[in-house]
Amino acid sequence: MSSDVIIIGGGLMGASTALQLAMRGCRCIVLEKDSPGRHSSGVSAGGLRQLNRDPAEIPLTVEAAKMWRNIEALLDSDCDARFPGQLRIAENAADMEKLERRAALVRSLGYQHEEMIDRDELYRLVPALSPHCVGGLICREDGYARPYHALTAFRRKAQAQGAEFRSDTKVHSLRKKSGAWHVRTSQGIFNAPILVNCAGAWAKAIAGMLDEPVPLTPKALMLMVTERLPHFVDPVMGAASRKLSFKQMQNGTLIIGGALLAKLDFAREKTEIDWLRLTESAATVLRFFPQLKNVRIVRAWAGIEAFMPDNIPVISASQTCSNAYHAFGFSAHGFQLSPVIGRILSELILDGRSTLPIEPCHIGRFNNMEKQ
Amino acid sequence: MNNHYQLLVIGGGPAGLAAATTAAERGVTCALLDEQPTPGGQIYRAIEAIPEQRAKLLGPEYLRGRKLVNEFRQSAAEYFPETQVWSIDKEHQAGLLHNHQAHFITADQIIIASGAMERPVPFPGWTLPGVMQAGAGQILFKSAGIVPDNGVVLAGSGPLLLLLAWQYLHAGVEIRVLLDVTPFANHLQALPELPRALLAYRYLSKGIAYQLELKRAGIPIMFGVSDLTAEGNERLQRVRFSHAGKRKSIVSELLLTHFGVIPHIWLTQAAGCKHRWDNSQQCWRPELDDWGNTDIEGILVAGDGAGIYGARAAEHAGRLAGLQVLSALNVISRQERDQLSRKDRKRLHEERHIRPFLEAYFHLPDNLLATPGNDTIVCRCEEVTAGQIREAVAAGHENSNQVKFFTRCGMGPCQGRQCANAVAHIVADARGKSVAETGLFRGRPPVSPLTLGQLAQLPKKGTA
Ligand SMILES: Cc1cc2nc3c(=O)[nH]c(=O)nc-3n(C[C@H](O)[C@H](O)[C@H](O)COP(=O)(O)OP(=O)(O)OC[C@H]3O[C@@H](n4cnc5c(N)ncnc54)[C@H](O)[C@@H]3O)c2cc1C
Repeated sequence: MSSDVIIIGGGLMGASTALQLAMRGCRCIVLEKDSPGRHSSGVSAGGLRQLNRDPAEIPLTVEAAKMWRNIEALLDSDCDARFPGQLRIAENAADMEKLERRAALVRSLGYQHEEMIDRDELYRLVPALSPHCVGGLICREDGYARPYHALTAFRRKAQAQGAEFRSDTKVHSLRKKSGAWHVRTSQGIFNAPILVNCAGAWAKAIAGMLDEPVPLTPKALMLMVTERLPHFVDPVMGAASRKLSFKQMQNGTLIIGGALLAKLDFAREKTEIDWLRLTESAATVLRFFPQLKNVRIVRAWAGIEAFMPDNIPVISASQTCSNAYHAFGFSAHGFQLSPVIGRILSELILDGRSTLPIEPCHIGRFNNMEKQ
Repeated sequence: MNNHYQLLVIGGGPAGLAAATTAAERGVTCALLDEQPTPGGQIYRAIEAIPEQRAKLLGPEYLRGRKLVNEFRQSAAEYFPETQVWSIDKEHQAGLLHNHQAHFITADQIIIASGAMERPVPFPGWTLPGVMQAGAGQILFKSAGIVPDNGVVLAGSGPLLLLLAWQYLHAGVEIRVLLDVTPFANHLQALPELPRALLAYRYLSKGIAYQLELKRAGIPIMFGVSDLTAEGNERLQRVRFSHAGKRKSIVSELLLTHFGVIPHIWLTQAAGCKHRWDNSQQCWRPELDDWGNTDIEGILVAGDGAGIYGARAAEHAGRLAGLQVLSALNVISRQERDQLSRKDRKRLHEERHIRPFLEAYFHLPDNLLATPGNDTIVCRCEEVTAGQIREAVAAGHENSNQVKFFTRCGMGPCQGRQCANAVAHIVADARGKSVAETGLFRGRPPVSPLTLGQLAQLPKKGTA
């Protein structure tokens, strides 16, 4: 089976890359060991957040935010995206100071999307909030969408443009033979001149096949969702000095997270909810919304995500092999970036360079670290 | 309640009671938990409190439960009623809700004896008020003596339907009609299994006796019924169905349905045990050895949660699991275990004679399970229809879990318990695959709902 590009991984990054390449006339095939969106991409919290990103990611997140605003034009689906803003709450003067420093940093880089708000504005936006808070930092353009719907929309549009997706197709090994990649999988051999590694938490193994070690750590992030409640809060909320991600979805359920880790058996791809850690999430939510005490938790789950030591992704051509590319390591915040990642990779592959600044995401940044 | 027991038994039906009694009699520290307020499980519900007269109505089998409960009460096993298990893991830690407080306990060995549930089968109108599963009707009868006073239509398939009809007949309920959806072809399919079934003649004769009595009482019974539909504005007003080539209907405010029972696998699933699809019983069940051991060491299953064999079999399996636990805890040797288990193993074997016949006889037709009309609601929590499920399959969602992600079916408060099997059947049918390939919804904890307040107050180190 041959094509122009083989993409390993049927998550958001693989699907977005397939779409952008297909739109530019490339024949792509996406190889997915399970089913599209089975891992991080299908189970994320769906947050569309520019707020509080690493400076290295700001140009990318700002561009991605523009694409999300117009996502229907790209994907023929609105992905159920909403833009009520994302907010970090300050509970005291020290929190306010921390947020003010952050806002100043963003302004100094020439961006305006993060804005300080005072107590009055905070309670105007979130009247249901417990009265002890003092202000916050907001990005009013931020919001959320439904992750599996977005993944499906990327996949379907890519398919409509000619891309192919193969489920239950696990990549076992790679070989380069007379200028073409021979990819051996659980479903036979696939050939293409160009290879893209979008294998999420498993990207280290694929990079390893290219003799390119990377310090990637797979971790399982937990989320929980409650029963449906009458609408009572708009923005997505985090806190300046607590682990929290909190939002009320379109259907009234609350999604509660906060970067808490589940127990992970990576070899068997099994996760187990760590309830003692989740008590922390529940307690934090009740600190801000004590009235939710009797709300029932309906479900908790965990998704396996790729983390880099500096928490920014690798978006880069391979250093060891020509015609091989990487996009992985999104460290729990790849959903928002996904539309722009496909565009960057298609530019890297077809034009030899990206129009966006991706130097900080180069794979070479770990060279010294790996040697140590 | 202590933080740790040698044995934790979940479920106070015949399997759990027998298991706990067996282990506790030999000095093992044992806790038995159950959601219900009294021991007995589904079959022997409220057995200690029930007046003699109603007990007689419920039949002699029911009285058998009294003995089990008495023996359990006399043992040293600790009993915790009205206790929910909301999590369980492979390290043998169980999250409980007891007196509205959440906490964890651990055990060396865990026997899951959480029994069976009625098989939910979506059909047009099944979500209307006035349409209930027969089991719900039975619960009202057993625990509160409540019977429908405006007449009832019974519909479905399986031995429990007949039993309920018989119980209602004796309680003076007006049964308008009994609609049996078992296809005629099943009678032939089941024939080869009949000789072995005759070894368990007790069941056969009981079934025939029930049927005769219903007939004699003038209750209309229609066989080979199909296309069951519940209709009404706001609530049930009439039941429509096809019978003998004609579309018929009957006025009723209450329709009780029963389509057989399936193992309650939500706890074994939460623990991460392996399950397999059983084509004969048309359900998923945990993979077990002869003693009830799952693939996770120290977690066992006994009773209908292991596969449907009925109350007596559950009692024997419970004792076998209890003996296995004693041997795993080195209280008895393996030889003793084998010796002590002989009688129960023999009885268990006898109880199972009838099953291949019953399973073939009451095998539900594929068109009932897999081809509900596009407008039929399948997931009642999220109001997802069969049509939406088929659309999701057409859009490239290949298995139950992908369909769940996309349509939200199975994401409501019931955790997919009401629709998991139906979705698997519909997806399998739409893709031309087997149900086994289509898969079961991945289990997502908590197994039963827990509030944010209860979770926030979960003690850090297990203190009960
Ligand atoms: C619980 C949770 C909440 C999150 N919340 C947010 C949020 O609110 N906002 C946000 O922006 N981000 C969020 N994220 C992060 C975001 O979901 C991820 O960064 C993003 O989905 C990563 O996409 P991906 O395509 O790189 O990875 P994945 O979705 O993991 O895709 C990689 C795919 O590669 C496949 N694969 C791996 N190895 C092979 C092989 N050898 N052969 C074939 N296929 C292979 C895998 O099966 C997998 O499907 C969250 C993540 C989690 C887990």
